Amino acid sequence: MDSYASFRESDPDTSLESGRKKRRKIEAESQSSEYGRTDVKWRSESAQRIYSVKLVEALQRASQSAAPATSRSTGGRTVRDLANRVLAMAARGRTRWSRAILASRLRLRRLRKVRKPSGSCSRPRKPLPAPSEDRKRRLPAVEKRVKVLSRLVPGCKGIPVTNLLEEAGDYIAALEMQVRAMTALTELLSGSHSDRLGSSTPSPA
Amino acid sequence: MSSRRSRSRQSASSGISDDQIIELVSRLQQLLPELRHRRSDKVSASKVLQETCNYIRSLHREVDDLSERLSELLATSDTAQAAIIRNLLM
Repeated sequence: MDSYASFRESDPDTSLESGRKKRRKIEAESQSSEYGRTDVKWRSESAQRIYSVKLVEALQRASQSAAPATSRSTGGRTVRDLANRVLAMAARGRTRWSRAILASRLRLRRLRKVRKPSGSCSRPRKPLPAPSEDRKRRLPAVEKRVKVLSRLVPGCKGIPVTNLLEEAGDYIAALEMQVRAMTALTELLSGSHSDRLGSSTPSPA
Repeated sequence: MSSRRSRSRQSASSGISDDQIIELVSRLQQLLPELRHRRSDKVSASKVLQETCNYIRSLHREVDDLSERLSELLATSDTAQAAIIRNLLM
């Protein structure tokens, strides 16, 4: 920290100039393509590392808060829901699917408490447009696939196709990062686990 | 964010252009491991959407499998090991 401060003091003009240049470059990059930026966001190593750390923290909390007497405190479904929630939080509320994941848990809790009938939806369903238009995107095959896709991406049931495609792209990139992080985590855990079983000494130095 | 909102509003009023959809579909194609290297004019939108659905489903399955394995590994190991892992990740 001291070295940075002294650097700024010694060369105020160049440091200011470089700071301005960097800021302009970052702004230009963010304005050029928001879609591309989300891709880069999920592909970066730092994002994966941050996600892994947060996931481990959440898993620790979950296994600690559950009764220590039970051998299976955190089941597979719990882990998956946790992983999805941490992933949704990493999206910082910028995408529909992430907000839907975070909101769905609250909705489930409320439903369980109040015992509402399952038929009610929080959002009124938009009526499907009549297939009378003669455009390319009104082909029944494509429509069907769009509907299936909207069911796979959380929180994207009644949104226009352009938004759905953007959400799907971001969701896929996020899922890939999730798989990479969880794979690395299982390898780490299984590797150290087998080390513990194999070695005679109780713990490494 | 505001620019994004105004863009979508414009598209809703004028009708979503086919070019816009084609562009988004081609972008989606770049994300799919199977269709990434094929030329975009040789792959139909329907195929891209189908592959997208299949890919998301397979990713979901992978996450489920990994969650199962993780829960088993966490059950057998103790929290101290998780702390060691956290230090390794930092």
